Amino acid sequence: MKIGALIRLALIALLLALVLRPEWFTWAFAPFAPPGGPVIYTRASLLSLALSHLGLVALASTASTLIAVTLAVLVTRPAGAAFRPLSRTITNIGQTFPPVAVLALAVPALGFGAGPTLVALFLYGLLPIFENAMTGLSTLPPATMEAARGIGLSRWQRLVRVELPLAMPVILTGIRLSVVISLGTATIGSTVAARTLGEIIIAGLLTNNTAFVLQGGLIVGLFAVLIYDALVQLETYLSWRLGARRARG
Amino acid sequence: MIEIDQITKIYDGARAVDAVSMTVETGTITVIVGTSGSGKTTLLRMINRLVEPSSGDVRINGEATAEMSKTALRRRIGYAIQGHGLFPHYTVARNIGVVPQLLGWPAAKIAARVDELLDLFSMAPEQFRTRYPAELSGGQAQRVGVARALASRPDLLLMDEPFGALDPIIRARAQEDLRRIQRKLGSTIVLVTHDMQEAIQLGDRVAVMDAGRLVQHATPAQIITEPATEFVAEMVGGIERPLRLLSLIPACEIAQDGQIEGTPLPAQTSLRDVLAQCLASGRDAVPVLREDGTQGQVTLAAIRARAQSRA
Ligand SMILES: Nc1ncnc2c1ncn2[C@@H]1O[C@H](COP(=O)(O)OP(=O)(O)OP(=O)(O)O)[C@@H](O)[C@H]1O
Ligand SMILES: [Mg+2]
Repeated sequence: MKIGALIRLALIALLLALVLRPEWFTWAFAPFAPPGGPVIYTRASLLSLALSHLGLVALASTASTLIAVTLAVLVTRPAGAAFRPLSRTITNIGQTFPPVAVLALAVPALGFGAGPTLVALFLYGLLPIFENAMTGLSTLPPATMEAARGIGLSRWQRLVRVELPLAMPVILTGIRLSVVISLGTATIGSTVAARTLGEIIIAGLLTNNTAFVLQGGLIVGLFAVLIYDALVQLETYLSWRLGARRARG
Repeated sequence: MIEIDQITKIYDGARAVDAVSMTVETGTITVIVGTSGSGKTTLLRMINRLVEPSSGDVRINGEATAEMSKTALRRRIGYAIQGHGLFPHYTVARNIGVVPQLLGWPAAKIAARVDELLDLFSMAPEQFRTRYPAELSGGQAQRVGVARALASRPDLLLMDEPFGALDPIIRARAQEDLRRIQRKLGSTIVLVTHDMQEAIQLGDRVAVMDAGRLVQHATPAQIITEPATEFVAEMVGGIERPLRLLSLIPACEIAQDGQIEGTPLPAQTSLRDVLAQCLASGRDAVPVLREDGTQGQVTLAAIRARAQSRA
């Protein structure tokens, strides 16, 4: 636990330094830069790229969460059960389309920029959240659900007070998977001129500059690890509250 | 008073509950007993409309339940089930207070009620209020489940095998607790069990179900001594019948004069327990207290005579 917290702090410090003071790392990346070429990406502020990258992921993940959870709630109601296979198919299609194809198809409709990337991230995020939300909502403890009905909670109260809170750890697992996939996938958004950290990686690929690729990759990777870790912590806390572990402290 | 009038539930053409009528008096415990699949749960769940009757009516104090909103009806009726069904993400206090909260009680009144109920079930409020259900033993969780059902002082308490998951010792204690609390609060309870001994011990009235039909609705003593059908007789258990009867009779009822050695048993000890004491100690008589507090004795001969007489 102690060591875990230390490692987490060190990674956060490293990430902040990489984004805010990239010039500190010139010595580390220099061996990978082409002779005479630039070592540190300076065409745009890394901070603004990182914020824009995270913003796109947050926006897309929020939208996928809202839609996927709503869909899961609807198809787990008695009246919505008939739509379960259909909604499965729809969310699966989101997943089977390669992200590059989604970008290519979305550009003519939405133009270059953030739009096509948002669409791709949104579609990609749906499936894991939907599947998990459905599992969570359809495997609730039967005695608890029976009691909730028996003591007079309305449908809405049961959903909001009992079903969603109890399914939350499983839903969060879906959100975590989806966010981590999105963090990586967002990098290819730069191919259609979305402002993301992928810009650094692509610039590196185009100019044969491995230093840029490493720099971009490292930042994206660190974000993914830290966000993943934070969401795992949240899930653990919630399932502890739900009694997955008995002993206190 | 709860009036159940010709109530029937048909599932896929089969009558799970078949034209059952009975009246439950206010302030009494009625135990519905029967074999598995005899329709006990279905009958109970039609009272708070978790199951909609195919035909027939239920009236609570003269009001037809079919006319009330389901949630309003259920908030007036306590409901406790096997496996307690507590909300795992709520503390004990929030679990118990959930119905009063739905009914819009002020927070201070809910908190006071929660503490009162925890006290009633011998669970120290300051120790248990803030715990989560996962931090309770099975017996404690079950008591909290019953406390939740009682929280809003409901007109009626429905219980479906509330003690089914408990071990025999905890179970006996839970039954005693329920009896004591019911006496104290004057609650009206309808309880389902498939254990005839539980029915006889707890019930003011016992309703025996067989294949969807109510075959006998009577006092425990009548069920034992005058079973209406072969099935009821079988449920009571031919060979154990005298013992069941003894379990209904308090020792003070047949206590005689006579001072014998030993600590006297309490006046309300059942004759079944007195008999067990005689057998265990190898004596022909044991000292018991009488209703007026004086000491008397119960002899084996007197127990035998009482067991042979019919009720
Ligand atoms: N939702 C349902 N759909 C179809 N049949 C049902 C349903 N609920 C109960 N039944 C049937 O109705 C009959 C009575 O069931 P019920 O649950 O009332 O029995 P029970 O007396 O409570 O039994 P147990 O002691 O096993 O709990 C059974 O044959 C059961 O299969
Ligand atoms: Mg049952």
